[in-house]
Amino acid sequence: MKKLTFILHTSYILFGLMFCVHATAQTDPLIEKVAQKLALVNDYVAEGTMKTDVSFIKASLGKVKIYFKKPNLLKVKKEGGISLLPRGGVSLTINTLLNTKGYTAIPVGTQILNGKNVRVIKLIPNDDNLDWVISTLWIDPVEALVYKTATTTKESGSYEITMQYGAYAQQGLASKIIFSFNTKDYKLPNGITLEFGDDEPVSKQKALKNKKGTIEITYNKYTINKGIPNNIF
Amino acid sequence: MWSLIKVELYKIFSRPRTYIAFGAIAALIVVIQLGLKIDGDSYASFLMKDINDTLTVDGKVLNGYLICYILLQLLLVHVPLLVALIAADMISGEANLGTLRLLFTTPYSRTSWVFAKFIAASIYTILLLIWLAFLALFVSMWIFGTDDLFLMKSNYVVLIEQNDVLWRYVGAFVFASFSLLTVTSLGFLLSSLSSNSIGPIVGTMSAIVFFTILSTLNIPLFTIVKPYLFTTHMNNWKEFFDIQVNANNEAITGSILNIPKIKTSLVVLTLHIILFVSASILIIKKKDILS
Amino acid sequence: MFGVFCYYVMSVIKVQNISKHFGSLKAVDDLSFEVQAGQVFGFLGQNGSGKSTTIRMLLSLIHPTSGSIELFGKRIEKNREEILEQVGAIIERPDLYPYLSAKEHLQLFAKVRKQKIGEADINTTLEKVGLAHRAQDKVQTFSLGMKQRLGIGIALVHNPSLIILDEPTNGLDPQGIADIRQLIQYLAKEEGKTVLVSSHLLSEIEQVAHQILIIHQGKKMVEGVTKELLDPEKRIVQIKTTDDATALQVIAAGSFSDYLLSRSEGMYLKIPTREIPLLNEALVKAGVGIVGIETKNSLEDYFLQITSNA
Repeated sequence: MKKLTFILHTSYILFGLMFCVHATAQTDPLIEKVAQKLALVNDYVAEGTMKTDVSFIKASLGKVKIYFKKPNLLKVKKEGGISLLPRGGVSLTINTLLNTKGYTAIPVGTQILNGKNVRVIKLIPNDDNLDWVISTLWIDPVEALVYKTATTTKESGSYEITMQYGAYAQQGLASKIIFSFNTKDYKLPNGITLEFGDDEPVSKQKALKNKKGTIEITYNKYTINKGIPNNIF
Repeated sequence: MWSLIKVELYKIFSRPRTYIAFGAIAALIVVIQLGLKIDGDSYASFLMKDINDTLTVDGKVLNGYLICYILLQLLLVHVPLLVALIAADMISGEANLGTLRLLFTTPYSRTSWVFAKFIAASIYTILLLIWLAFLALFVSMWIFGTDDLFLMKSNYVVLIEQNDVLWRYVGAFVFASFSLLTVTSLGFLLSSLSSNSIGPIVGTMSAIVFFTILSTLNIPLFTIVKPYLFTTHMNNWKEFFDIQVNANNEAITGSILNIPKIKTSLVVLTLHIILFVSASILIIKKKDILS
Repeated sequence: MFGVFCYYVMSVIKVQNISKHFGSLKAVDDLSFEVQAGQVFGFLGQNGSGKSTTIRMLLSLIHPTSGSIELFGKRIEKNREEILEQVGAIIERPDLYPYLSAKEHLQLFAKVRKQKIGEADINTTLEKVGLAHRAQDKVQTFSLGMKQRLGIGIALVHNPSLIILDEPTNGLDPQGIADIRQLIQYLAKEEGKTVLVSSHLLSEIEQVAHQILIIHQGKKMVEGVTKELLDPEKRIVQIKTTDDATALQVIAAGSFSDYLLSRSEGMYLKIPTREIPLLNEALVKAGVGIVGIETKNSLEDYFLQITSNA
């Protein structure tokens, strides 16, 4: 009888502990610090310029507006024009990662990133149904600012996002974000494009294949916590 | 000379045959616009399947500017055949009718008549192009709206801002006029050699098809002659829609990638026009008018 | 000013030794003739004799192989535009634009004249050729005769000094033929125009022409004043000799030179009947052997004979 009671209590405690572990984000104090900073921003509208640097795309700098609303609504709109964004990648910003309900943070050490000492922490979402599978963050422990993330998704491949900060560092808002991603080959048959006899030299064609692409957004101005209607998204 | 041109224009536009080309172009364009309006999304998806693997494209890709580009790609291959219908009939048609001798017994030189006929045929060609431009560009803009021009070429994509597009179309149409005038002058030349129109019309169409094949086949044997063929240069209106990039791979708004290519093509086409028309004048001057 | 100048130039057309070869075919062979101002000149020959080729050379549609052509005293090849302003012509069949009306044709050809031609002139021309009632109808609805009239109208609309009509009565009914004949006579007599009219029918030519030239296989056979050629007192005589050169000398030296028409298979003369024996005597005296003297009953017989010898 006594033995049975002990086993039951131990089981309850262990189970309770497990539940506690799974019911809350298994986070890191630094992650918490970053999240607290970002929590001050309910929404923002940012004006900026977007540069697309993909080997097979020629596009000019475009003026963009970026809309964010807690917890994870994000929209990049080019003013009067067509915008090119990495598939699924733009939405995976720090805000959306840290607003995920339930993740496990695993510190993996420190690195020197662009002359800064940063801590490297991996996040794994508890919910298997999310698109992102794992994300690595490079965080400055002093400023509590994330300088880089590398995220792997189920549907949209892997992305790296590099951040630079300026006037809005206090609110954890970047002055420049660079999305890096892998690009696949681009080729349309000549019969569709009707470009017969226009073939580029082979060496140049090879240069266009299998490269990384980047999309760079430079934020010039933020308008924070003024309210944004949901129909924007 | 102006009276001769007016007379020739009057004759051209008094014939029902003249309007076939205008009708054919309108019918072609309307059908393609209708098809794209109904099922354009599937077409756009097909074009963008490689891009969609990597990127999300936000905006109105299938807008009037892109539709116009697609239409020009299709039609500027076929419109030359419609141009040939009139141009290749200008002299041989009159010879066949027997009216050439009426014209050449008026107090104007044969050179004046031939030149006036060529000018009239050119005006017809330009009007046809303006009609094409109106339907392909402005009607497409009205039906499909406007946005940036997202051009999917065979090996790369060009994104041109919408305020940077219209002047390029002006340039492209001006260039296309040179291309079509080259066809006009070729038809004209063949017309001066014959006294019935079927031969020159078929001859002009055949020449265009033949030289187009030579221009587009990547066979080393043909690379020697390619630069001199007018068909090699006729489609270089597309160069207006390719832009330069700077060291950071940013497209430079308002730029054209290969201006020398456009200039060279214009020179080659102009030289062909001068050559064909001069040859026509020489032939007619020397010819005994027996019809 | 040019018209006044024209009045004082006696030869409106002067053709000297023109030939036209198409490969080995001699379409016109060493042809010479002159047409005086105010004259109706009849150019007679069967189909394929070289009439139209000659007319096309006059109008600079064909380049002569050799020889020279002057109109209004000026070489055609050097003064073409100036000369053609004063010339109206219809050549062979009346080929017109089927999609234009009669009036539109005249308006079109009026536009390409350097002088101003108004609506009144166009309407007058339509009346002159009997097409006023069909002015607005498309030519594709016209009969051959109506097209012929319109062709003549085009030749007349700019009031030229010289009118060249190549087979103008083709396709016309007897009334139409009579109308054209009257028109030609009116143009020459009342308006002082010079008219060169060609035909393969002597009966048409002899009624209107002051002067006739008969052409056969590109060569001139006969040329002369119509009255004299048709003079019943004079016969057309074909003389065949053993020595044509000496015979010609005799004819040229004597009073018979005016009677010589042409040389082809012997010599043809239009000679008063009473002088035939005198000619015979002169030739015999000169030692020329006479192979044959054959008389023709009329110009028509002569024309039929030379044309049937083709």
